[in-house]
Amino acid sequence: MNLWQEYKRPASISEAIQALTSASGSVMPIAGGTDLLLDLKQGRHAPVNTLIDLTFVHEMKLLEVRGDELFIGAAVAVNRVALDPLVGTHAQALVEAGNLIAGPQVRNTATLGGNVAHALPAADGTIALTALNAQAEVASPAGMRRMPFTSLFAGPGKSALDKGKEIIVGFYLPLTKNHQASCFKRIMRPQGVALPILNCAVWLEREGDVVKDIHIAVGPGGPIPFRATEAEATLRGQSFTEETFALALEALLGQAKFRTSARRASADYRKHIVGGLFKDVLDAAWVRAG
Amino acid sequence: MNNQINLTVNGKQQTLEAKPGETLSSLLRMRLHLTGTKIGCEEAECGACTVLVDGEPMMSCVYPAERADGKTIVTIEGLAQRVHEEMKLHPLQEAFVEQGAVQCGFCIPGQIMTAYALLKRNPNPNSEDIRFALKDTLCRCAGYPSIENAILAAAQALRTGEAVQKPTHIPDSIHEHKTVGHSHLRPEAVEKVTGKAIYTDDLTFDGMLFAKARRAMIPHGFLTKLDVSKAKALPGVVAVLTAEDIPGEHNHGLVIYDWPAIVGVGERVRYVGDSIAIVAAETQDIADQASALIEAEFDLQPVITNPVQARQDGVPQIHEKGNLLKHIKVRKGDMDAGFAKADLVFEHTFHTPTTDHAFIEPECSIGVPLPDGRMEIYVGSQIPYQDKTQVARALGWNEDRVRVVGQLMGGGFGGKEDIMGQIHVALLANVTQRPVKLLFDRQESLLVHPKRHATQIRVKMGAMKNGRLVAVDTELYGDTGAYASLGEKVMTRATTHAAGPYDVENVRADCYAMYTNNPPAGAFRGFGVTQSAFAVESMMDMLAEKLGVDRIELRRMNALHVGSITNTGQELKESVGLMECIERVEGEMLKVSGLSKKDLFKPRVTPDNSNLVRAWGFASAYKNTGLGGGAPDKSGADVELYEDGTFQVRSSAAELGQGLVTVMRLIVSEELAVAPEKVRVLVMDTDLTPNGGPTTASRQTFVTGNASRYAAKTLRDEITATMAEKYDVKPEQIRFVDGVVHVNGHSMTWVEVYKEMKAIGKNPLVRYEYEAPKTKPLGEGGDMHFAFSFGVQAAEVEVNKLTGEVRALKVISANDVGMAVNPLGLQGQIEGGVMMGLGNCLTEEFIVENGNVVTDHLARYRVPGIMLTPEITSIVVEHPVEAGPYGAKGVGEVCSIPTTPAITNAIYNAVGVRIDRTPVDQEMIANELWERSNK
Repeated sequence: MNLWQEYKRPASISEAIQALTSASGSVMPIAGGTDLLLDLKQGRHAPVNTLIDLTFVHEMKLLEVRGDELFIGAAVAVNRVALDPLVGTHAQALVEAGNLIAGPQVRNTATLGGNVAHALPAADGTIALTALNAQAEVASPAGMRRMPFTSLFAGPGKSALDKGKEIIVGFYLPLTKNHQASCFKRIMRPQGVALPILNCAVWLEREGDVVKDIHIAVGPGGPIPFRATEAEATLRGQSFTEETFALALEALLGQAKFRTSARRASADYRKHIVGGLFKDVLDAAWVRAG
Repeated sequence: MNNQINLTVNGKQQTLEAKPGETLSSLLRMRLHLTGTKIGCEEAECGACTVLVDGEPMMSCVYPAERADGKTIVTIEGLAQRVHEEMKLHPLQEAFVEQGAVQCGFCIPGQIMTAYALLKRNPNPNSEDIRFALKDTLCRCAGYPSIENAILAAAQALRTGEAVQKPTHIPDSIHEHKTVGHSHLRPEAVEKVTGKAIYTDDLTFDGMLFAKARRAMIPHGFLTKLDVSKAKALPGVVAVLTAEDIPGEHNHGLVIYDWPAIVGVGERVRYVGDSIAIVAAETQDIADQASALIEAEFDLQPVITNPVQARQDGVPQIHEKGNLLKHIKVRKGDMDAGFAKADLVFEHTFHTPTTDHAFIEPECSIGVPLPDGRMEIYVGSQIPYQDKTQVARALGWNEDRVRVVGQLMGGGFGGKEDIMGQIHVALLANVTQRPVKLLFDRQESLLVHPKRHATQIRVKMGAMKNGRLVAVDTELYGDTGAYASLGEKVMTRATTHAAGPYDVENVRADCYAMYTNNPPAGAFRGFGVTQSAFAVESMMDMLAEKLGVDRIELRRMNALHVGSITNTGQELKESVGLMECIERVEGEMLKVSGLSKKDLFKPRVTPDNSNLVRAWGFASAYKNTGLGGGAPDKSGADVELYEDGTFQVRSSAAELGQGLVTVMRLIVSEELAVAPEKVRVLVMDTDLTPNGGPTTASRQTFVTGNASRYAAKTLRDEITATMAEKYDVKPEQIRFVDGVVHVNGHSMTWVEVYKEMKAIGKNPLVRYEYEAPKTKPLGEGGDMHFAFSFGVQAAEVEVNKLTGEVRALKVISANDVGMAVNPLGLQGQIEGGVMMGLGNCLTEEFIVENGNVVTDHLARYRVPGIMLTPEITSIVVEHPVEAGPYGAKGVGEVCSIPTTPAITNAIYNAVGVRIDRTPVDQEMIANELWERSNK
């Protein structure tokens, strides 16, 4: 009942794809592994024959500016993401989300790629990347391609990628220009099973008192990471006032599909508290963009 | 390729063959024998396994060993430096020792490694930085404030090069003595900060097998078929045993023998954790596989899910004698007259859930068969002598053939009193004639061991207009789960303490301790009083509001005092420090808050966020020291002088992190006027140490403290008599001062004393069996207990009116402990007590649905971490009890009991929502406030 038999440490993306597609028996890529190993140990995932460790792949460990984009390798540990000054400058929401993922020791191994690959609709990193309008770079035997971030998700816990032959290599984020800023916050329920019950990220561009552009992500607001596009439309091009916020919240509540999760939060409770959270996040991003 | 791992561990190059499925923690512990890295959960939750990988702290339990190839690892064993011939502690290690941050010690390697990485990155961290870094490194003894102080002190020492600062905020006892009453370090602290401390799972024996118990995993039913043939056939399996293979008694239990070690075919399974077969194999992996290959069929029965249902007519009866374990009654005065006289009568019902001890060290037992036909059991147990009895019963042996060798415990809190793996390893070791280890994983620990009782408590209170209580009537239901464990005793304590620490003329309480198909419930710090105090202290605040009486005044007016008669008919003759606790907590609250007396409990909206409201809450409690209820409360201790002039004190009382070993050492040091370092302590070995009784009921400082004291005193008297005779002087002329014995002007070292004693054929060894003052059973009146401790707490909380989120900001805790034997250790107990109380109130809920455990991983059972730690102020009150050692009584439990009602009362004071069910549910608060604002 070993959790795995063979452990491979490819050094490049092509080696990784090769290892993934040529492995005999069941195979899984492993990044930080803080979720995958627990799934294996606790029987939520059957033991695998081969684990392909992606943390030795140089390309996936890079964090750098490429042209007018910031590239964050999928195997970069969450703590490195959260501490990196480039991320602080261009993706503050991601810093805030990163600092809330699990605890410090886990963040030293857990990766952004893993956070996304689990395809949970309210993973902190995922919600931040959604609002930051990230794109994913995906490698497959056919080569590399870029995908809009939300197209990575097929449903709660279901990735749209084929884990048998595809790998998320990294994420591209637009660099922040003047008067653009982002923010992420979440609300926990510390009792019993102790899980976050709601999170929210906002990216916006401000022109004086007007919201020039905005992205809003709320988790869990649907089966896949939820972009509150109707609330965005309500605010875009408008002054940021109590009235426009009220309209945006109404739009968000109309579009989001809040659900009841046993022992965590009822749909009603989420609806009740999302306004306050959304307001706090929006206010903070607004001030930062000033 | 990739089949070798090259890594550097603590500066040493290592090349190892890769093994399938191996984690870094396993490589370090099993292959490099670096057992300082601890395994608490194997699910990246507790942080005990933290090591540095290339300078960064990582959880080694979820780190594939092969990933460590090419990396540099530092473990706790790598911090101390060899300077000349001596190992010099790293300042962090030194600071953890000096600041009293070490209790059970099991989490400490993880704490220190995490802190070490922090200080490398940030040499001058503030409190917030420390909390951020240690967020997920759990300490169940919960010395978080001391841990924080230790890190600050170490950082300062590292920056300045000066010596590590000692704590400055812990006062000595008001009772003056030479050694006791002053802060002293734990004798085992250095081992615990260097990773050298050995816990049961750190032991290996030649030829040792690994065991696994197959659990029924159904809550209720009859085992109809059991087939172990596939398990037996698996290569590497050495033995598979079923109920038929138990040579002696099948059932164990602490009071009632109702708990089968293995359920046999045709017999009843009463909860998911019942074992139906046990396996021993060459490796853990094989044992696990074999266990999974065992095939079982059950005739499922309806599940009894709660104690109220268990008492209903026509429901299935779980035990032969029925579902009622015990109907416990407390009667005092005339209830009808009391309620008739009252100006106000009201009632309310409260609910508390099952909670788990969640000690960071999971249960582990090792059975070692000896060539002479005896059996050794290595285990961290709160009751070594009872383990011995129970193992012998199961083997059908005379007790003398069993030796329990108690090991350091990574926390107990009441959860290591019952038999867990002790009998299983004994059975397997007996059959295989090889050592057998049974280590629970966290899931098994959560499923199997007895918990805190879930309760339903209805309180009816009658009072006069001025607040004087005249009648309190309580009905309690306690869920003792599948087996009795200490259920009857726990619920008795809940019942006798149900009317709170108050002087009430008319009291009635009826408790139904019921069997259900939930995991068993037994001892857990507070022993039932945690639950009933929540109910009655909530009632006290409700009463204060109804009558318009100040809540502190209400408690003062009704407080037990010397001369009061308790609800069980005991006259309190001494040592009732409740009033002083009340006064001093009130004073401290006024001081730290800067509020006036009339505004003390009013809600205060925070200036920068109108959704955040703060308020203080207040609660009192009391808790017996010792077994009471007529049970003989004894402890034995040996004190022996050795040839080198040192002493050893021995007792089978348990050290589970609470600091008993230090207490014993200080007491012997006091009595013989020698330095504490001259006194060694040996505990928990049933061959070498006399019976100290169970480590429960906050009793050990009192009983084993006294046994140690009287043994030392008797030894001193014997030496005095011998010397007086030999030198022909009066005994009064022989004095013991500062490590020497003065005989009529001539001073002798202890080495000389030893020689003199031996020369005349006297063995300088005394065994003393101490028996605490006799008590009476419940219902007979008189002294049910020989001492009570008192505790009062105030908590300041902040409630978010929109989300219902609650934060505890400050807790002030005053405890009447009689006398503070070791103020440094006491501080740790008090801080930990508050945190355990806070967890009970705000985060912890052991969820069982239809007999199945939902919270079967630590990730689902939230133990409070450092982030939730409020500012804790401890006030020590010392009303001595005559029979206690230097006046001391127990503190382990009372310091945890008032926290929950202090917090829930504060929540009410902040936002007007009465919490009558724990843990506090923020959604319920938000809903209630929302509904109220919509009206």
